Amino acid sequence: MELQLVQQIFSGIAIGSIYALVAVGFILIYKATDVISFAQGDIMMFGAFVAYTFLTFLHLPFILAVVLTLAVMAVFGILIERVVLRPLVGESVLSMLMVTVGVGMVIRNVAGMIWGYDTYQFGGGISDVPVRLGELALSSVNLWIIGVTVVMVGALFYFFNKTKMGISMEAASQNQLAAYLMGIGVKRVFSNIWALSAVVAAVGGILLAPIHFVNYNMGFIGLRAFPAAVLGGFGSIPGAIVGGIIIGVSESLAGIYLPAGFKDIFAYIILILVLLIRPEGIFGVAERKRV
Amino acid sequence: MRFKKRRNYLEDIDLFKYRSTAVWYGILLIIMLSLPLTVGTYWTSLMTLTAIYAIVALGMNLLTGYAGQISMGHAAFFAVGAYTSAYLTGIGVSFWVALPAGGILSALLGIFIGLPALRMKGLYLAIATMGFGFIMEQVINSWDYVTHGVNGRQLLRPTLGPIDFTSDKVYFYLVFFVLLVMLLLMKNILRTPTGRAMTAVRDSEVAAESMGVNLAVYKTAAFAVSALYTGIAGSLFAHHMLFIGPENFDVTVSINFLIMIIIGGMGSVHGSIFGAIFMTLLPEMIALGKDFLPSVIGQQSGLQGTVYGILLVLFVLFEPLGIYGRWLKVKFFFETFPFYKKDTFKRIRKYTKSEH
Repeated sequence: MELQLVQQIFSGIAIGSIYALVAVGFILIYKATDVISFAQGDIMMFGAFVAYTFLTFLHLPFILAVVLTLAVMAVFGILIERVVLRPLVGESVLSMLMVTVGVGMVIRNVAGMIWGYDTYQFGGGISDVPVRLGELALSSVNLWIIGVTVVMVGALFYFFNKTKMGISMEAASQNQLAAYLMGIGVKRVFSNIWALSAVVAAVGGILLAPIHFVNYNMGFIGLRAFPAAVLGGFGSIPGAIVGGIIIGVSESLAGIYLPAGFKDIFAYIILILVLLIRPEGIFGVAERKRV
Repeated sequence: MRFKKRRNYLEDIDLFKYRSTAVWYGILLIIMLSLPLTVGTYWTSLMTLTAIYAIVALGMNLLTGYAGQISMGHAAFFAVGAYTSAYLTGIGVSFWVALPAGGILSALLGIFIGLPALRMKGLYLAIATMGFGFIMEQVINSWDYVTHGVNGRQLLRPTLGPIDFTSDKVYFYLVFFVLLVMLLLMKNILRTPTGRAMTAVRDSEVAAESMGVNLAVYKTAAFAVSALYTGIAGSLFAHHMLFIGPENFDVTVSINFLIMIIIGGMGSVHGSIFGAIFMTLLPEMIALGKDFLPSVIGQQSGLQGTVYGILLVLFVLFEPLGIYGRWLKVKFFFETFPFYKKDTFKRIRKYTKSEH
């Protein structure tokens, strides 16, 4: 029983890592551009399908396929920003929100047209032999997911603290005007942020592929990253990661201890509770109203 | 341009600004009433659906367009109205009790949802209502006793004394009558201090509060009224379709409701109606246009979603006031000819991030 519990928590952490990655994607966008991207889940799905195409139709080796996918997704992110979001800078929350909803719908339905409505799976040659630690059997796919997430988070941390691009992104998200006056090309920074978050989402999609099916509707799983982001405190990247893992674990525990059906909506129950009790989340700072 | 000389302040809030407007609406009313007699059953049924969506759009527009609160979970209220009506008529209660009951229950739920909304703004509210929509979807799937789960529920059309609403054409008149009542109610809410207070909340919460508007009361009221409209529409929808299942109330429905008011026109009663017409006619137009497209695209089931998505993006980018906004511009162009300037309708942008 206890063993099962540990394994459940472990697989919860794995799925939570994916939520965390998607959540980091839209926190990046939100912090810098004040846009909340409802298309993030669909961008994740698109990334998974691009990788699937490279692997299955072009028979590329896994690593090459992943690298190419990330490149394609970066361009895709820039494209979305340039075509749709840039003309809307400074518009109301609702306009921006609805435009990303529209982009998400287009991506989802076009993906359905291109790849059909079946479910696919690809693993990238990870063995399905579990890693044994004494009595504990940990699935190696989950270990990979957690490992890659840790590496991604480390890379992001490095990027935002040590590279010029990362620091200018941080600057632009703190104060657009000041950043602009300091010689940072804010528009270009926005493009890069969309590219970065599309890449992060695609990594999430590729990681999700072995444990979940690749399907045109897979973006709805990405929506669970919203509760993760809110729980962690909207606007905080460490918060998004912690929030994602908490959501993943509690979801997989809800799968065993609560009646059927709770697993799928548990994230949203947490979401509403958080918004009622502590809307600023774990790491967030309460916003003050400005006139 | 026409100018009207006002003799007292009450004329400012007249239902019709000019007498000619009233005449035109009268003619429109007569046309609407006689249309079902001339067109076929199929088109009458589409008109009924339009009227039902128009009621939803009115409610959505009050909440989002006038009070400025975003809801991405309105399908939940739609579901409450539909299933309340289905359950009550199922146990033998009259439709004439079930219809308002669906609306009122939905309004109560709206208050319940509106209360947490007091602490949230903009996108938090959007996410929370979306979460609420997902939870409601699961409730519909699981609560077999009331909803019959994935099997769905069957309903019957109501009767009133000697009048039997079973035929689509007769049912249209019932829905149309409800729509007229709801329209009048909406117009009246908007002209009273209540409606003005809601608009003030949308434009600036701080300013509204300092003018003595109680944010808690008006935000909750907006949610409740909006839910009431959606619930009543849900009940009418259930009795129109005669069969309801969980797929009628999923998250895409909530998003379609939002698309409806954005394409129709935010913050206007006309826009709600235009949006509803658009929502019902677009699938028909796609079905007609399908044959002209190459079969690779035309025969795809994703076509409709793609078209919705593209139109939504285009409207937000180029015509944020929707169809009604375009109508206003065209009207203004002719009224002020030849002095029309594009900048009259310039969009206001706020660069909030640089104010820190």
